[in-house]
Amino acid sequence: MQNPDAIVIGAGIVGASVALSLTNAGFKVLVIDRGAVSSGTTGAGEGNILVSDKDPGPELTLALRSRDLWFEMQEDVGDAFELEAKGGVVVARNDDGPLMKLSSEQSLHGVAIQKLDHALLHELEPYLDQRFQSGVFYPQDAQCQPMLAAAHVIRAVVRRGGAFISQAKVTKIHVRDGAVTGIETSQGNFAAPIIVNATGTWAGELAQMAGSHLPIAPRKGFILVTEPTKKYVFHKVYDSDYVANVASSDADLQTSTVVEGTRAGTILIGASRERVGFDGSMNYEILRRLAAQATSLFPVLRDVQLLRAYRGFRPYAPDHLPVIGEDAKVKGLWHSAGHEGAGIGLAPGSAALITDAILGREQFMDPSPFSPARFEKVLS
Amino acid sequence: MKEKITFTYNGDEFTCESGQSIAAALIASDHRELRTTRFGDEARSIFCGIGICFDCVVVIDGVANQRSCLIEAKPGMKVESTP
Repeated sequence: MQNPDAIVIGAGIVGASVALSLTNAGFKVLVIDRGAVSSGTTGAGEGNILVSDKDPGPELTLALRSRDLWFEMQEDVGDAFELEAKGGVVVARNDDGPLMKLSSEQSLHGVAIQKLDHALLHELEPYLDQRFQSGVFYPQDAQCQPMLAAAHVIRAVVRRGGAFISQAKVTKIHVRDGAVTGIETSQGNFAAPIIVNATGTWAGELAQMAGSHLPIAPRKGFILVTEPTKKYVFHKVYDSDYVANVASSDADLQTSTVVEGTRAGTILIGASRERVGFDGSMNYEILRRLAAQATSLFPVLRDVQLLRAYRGFRPYAPDHLPVIGEDAKVKGLWHSAGHEGAGIGLAPGSAALITDAILGREQFMDPSPFSPARFEKVLS
Repeated sequence: MKEKITFTYNGDEFTCESGQSIAAALIASDHRELRTTRFGDEARSIFCGIGICFDCVVVIDGVANQRSCLIEAKPGMKVESTP
């Protein structure tokens, strides 16, 4: 494919979603990645499609729409993503006041909630430590297998006339008269009037190649995987500290507990957050902390073995909002990046915003809070 | 000559040299299949042999998910395939 209508750089779930939505709008799309499908942050996550961890505001609006689009995307593609509306259970470790207040506010903005007393909480999660007194159930929270989803979505793009090239590293982005005209890669050169930067944690590097910039930095996280067990964890269960940690800008290590079962029978345990650049080294102290926190929620996990741990880099923007829209300086260069730990959940919604903007169609929300131009104001 | 030991696997007696892993002992006796997959019911055996892949897990004296490639066979051990 020498002259596609659009080139999407990045074959994670964000790039795959944009590619599908542009393809469905009639564009001939070329997807390229310097590695394989899901070889970056998509391959290092839990498959979170969450509304529960977001304060009322633009990200919640995006998350709610995007969550529904996940189910539409699976139906459209026709392959199973292990997509499951399993629901989230948030428990308060200490004072439940902040959690109850947040959930009440969320319920005014389209989030379905059910406040749980001790009996209801333990009915939903029978293996949860009895000392947890209350919680909130979020039935809209869902989970998928993100690597599987990205692979199926890109396959659908190719089936519908698009193309995918792996192991193609972008070496140059051509800009003429302030607009992109094409790219050079290790697998050949391609011309297109639209280029979508869906390179996640590496999106700043790519923007720079086009003579622009995005302040996106890595925020490292570890996840533990247990052996397959009998079903001990029925929902996505996390403690309410998680919400505070997600929103924090602290560079130091933070850990909060997120525990959930997968279709394969393993249990995933997260989540740590650190800003240590692209340092991918293993840290046993963090793994110990995550394991200890998980067993404090589910004591039964003390007798379960860990199979492995993996880590990845969330694409972090200074204001914790994703970057979705056309570049402030370079015409035809669109960004969908910087989704931090919410990229799986927010991918199809972000894709819809981009495609509708390119086509000049009405968008489901005001995308200006996500505008790449917001960083220009800070600089000048 | 190393000492010979005997353990049981799914009720059958197996004899091996002391120091051999359970997986090594079973393979030496031409017994390759250690379990079947949970969803596809396909046969699984020793794959990596160094404790990473967890393909060779068995039940040892009632404790599930033990890696037969790492654990030494001991006299009287009761080994069963993962149900």
